[in-house]
Amino acid sequence: MFRWLAGAIGVIALGLTAPLTRAAEPVEVNIGYIHHAGTRETLSLVMQPAENDGLAGARLAIEDNNTTGRFLNQHFNLDEARLKAGDDVVKAAQTLAGHDGFLIADLPADELLKVADALRDNGTLLFNAGAIDDRLREEDCRANVIHVAPTRSMLADGLGQYLVWKKWPRWLLVTGSHDRDKLYADALRRAATRFGAKIVEERTFQDTGGARRTDSGISLIQRQIPVFTQQAPAYDVLVAADESEVFASYLPYRTWDPRPVAGSAGLMPTTWDAAHDQWGAIQLQNRFVKLNSRHMTALDMQAWTAARMVGEAAARTNSNDPKKLVDFIKGPDFSVAAFKGQALTLRDWNLQLRQPILLSDGRMVVSVSPQEGFLHQTSELDTLGVDRPETKCKLH
Amino acid sequence: MWRTCLLSGLAVWLAAAAPAHAYVAYVSNEKGNTVTVIDTDSWTVTNTIKVGQRPRGIEFSRDGKFVMVAVGDDDTIQVIDAKTQAITDTLPSGPDPELFTQDKSGKILYVANENDNTVTVIDLPTRSRIGDIQVGVEPEGMTVSPDDKILINTSETTSMAHFIDTAKREIVANVLVDTRPRFAAFKSDGSELWVSSEIGGTVSIIDPVKHAVTGKIEFAIPGLRREAIQPVGIGITKDNKTAFVALGPANRIAVVDATTHKVEKYLLVGQRVWHMAFTPDEKYLLTTNGVSNDVSVIDVASQKVIKTIQVGELPWGITITPQ
Repeated sequence: MFRWLAGAIGVIALGLTAPLTRAAEPVEVNIGYIHHAGTRETLSLVMQPAENDGLAGARLAIEDNNTTGRFLNQHFNLDEARLKAGDDVVKAAQTLAGHDGFLIADLPADELLKVADALRDNGTLLFNAGAIDDRLREEDCRANVIHVAPTRSMLADGLGQYLVWKKWPRWLLVTGSHDRDKLYADALRRAATRFGAKIVEERTFQDTGGARRTDSGISLIQRQIPVFTQQAPAYDVLVAADESEVFASYLPYRTWDPRPVAGSAGLMPTTWDAAHDQWGAIQLQNRFVKLNSRHMTALDMQAWTAARMVGEAAARTNSNDPKKLVDFIKGPDFSVAAFKGQALTLRDWNLQLRQPILLSDGRMVVSVSPQEGFLHQTSELDTLGVDRPETKCKLH
Repeated sequence: MWRTCLLSGLAVWLAAAAPAHAYVAYVSNEKGNTVTVIDTDSWTVTNTIKVGQRPRGIEFSRDGKFVMVAVGDDDTIQVIDAKTQAITDTLPSGPDPELFTQDKSGKILYVANENDNTVTVIDLPTRSRIGDIQVGVEPEGMTVSPDDKILINTSETTSMAHFIDTAKREIVANVLVDTRPRFAAFKSDGSELWVSSEIGGTVSIIDPVKHAVTGKIEFAIPGLRREAIQPVGIGITKDNKTAFVALGPANRIAVVDATTHKVEKYLLVGQRVWHMAFTPDEKYLLTTNGVSNDVSVIDVASQKVIKTIQVGELPWGITITPQ
């Protein structure tokens, strides 16, 4: 579970035997990565995440940081805590924080908050790489948590802007029966209101349980989905809110009316896609595939960005002092390049990373939001998600 | 389109007034996999050459006999015979070559390989690879100091200008600049090194002796967001008095007083302006405009855009016949 212990012993052993040829020992910057073992189930086999989803991105960023670090005499390490069922998340985080000034977390919202509060006084900076809940940046925001993951509302706004730009303003909204599906539906409704789309009707797809994979499933779904989507008022696009992976991937090509699907299937908003190759992204994709022998996911990219933010701060401040780095990251001069065509900066009111949202059909990047014509007085990226005047966040 | 219509009359007048200089410009079209050949006398496209995949960095050999073009997705540099305009050879660059530069004699070629964090050294007469230098993440910008002693390489994700001793082929200094450095250019007297930072939105002025950033050029265009201003290509006149900086999606070239480092004006060119090249007499500056698929011609003395020439898809780099 705590791999750095073995690594630390190795370093000591080497130190005893290696001749003292180096002029100066490199400055060490330690980053922890905390996540759960196991992966979630998806309807599509090709969307099934790898065991190291996220972690693999952080590892690549450590390599990138170390390439730069060679010139600055800085060295970056990644320590992993992989939680199994029954493990105490707070204890694991505290153990990591004893060694690492920075923790990248891929944790559900409630666990993230527990960890943030437990580490409040020891100066550890948390990077939320996985949780998209708006409340973590609003009423439940914390001064020691940077959010690299986008929010549901940023994702919904990125999609909403494009659908409106495409002149598909009439949406049929289908929502799953789980809480997070409902939260996504809330964000999509908000996007419709903000950008002038109309939800012509809402339907709920009840999760009645059952296996995701059966040998004769296709013929059943082919009968079920047309019936479920019939007798809808005139609409341009079916927007699905199904974070729970119960039904959305069954919708394309099976709707009663021949309409495109967006949201949790069809055209999907995301922070990264394996097909994204603009703005130098091809270089990052190539490095990632070479290191991990698989494609890079959104979670990999969010973890990469988090570890790169630490690397960027260490290079700019020429320091490994967590306090100095934290001040720099939260300060007005901070930005990070992440192959999105512009610098990514932090919203100072809730520590959310501003970022463009890619729209992917699972094969290609169809568009990148913000869309042309959605204007903002400070940054067009702030047309995505909850903006400063609406925020409920009070950072302490 | 309108620019062409409005200004073609002026261009004809200028062409008639000025003595003819038969220079030839070669433009690499990144998406089209072609190189467009332009006659700078008539400002017309005289040929389109099919090249390898993703042509970007492009440069004449010092003797003017060949044009080298980096075709990144084919992991090589192709050599075009300037007389026959046919591909005659390839050079053993490393993987994914993007930009390259030559020493003053034209014997040594230095290539930035984006995919494996190296600079490859090629002996041009024998067309052989004679060395590699490890640099930062995603090397791109390349230039050699006027005295040939220092090679500069910029690396995009590392955000540094690496100073490389050309005799030892070793890094002697690293200078941190703003995010995503793309291009490097020395003043002709070697007194200053300019490095553009695409995402940082600045040009860093570096003292090549002290290896320190001594100044920064920032750009502000009314009505444009800061994020849209992304400096890439740089051109400095030989007298070191005036510099031109391509600002990418800002669709403008900044004209900079190279002595005071103050921006004097912005010239509207095509969309996503990337790189540029002077004619040898420095009467004209040609810029590649990626998204509008054209090349803008700037009259250097009057600092005005006088002509737009349609080229291939996504024009990227440009080189013009040496003296």
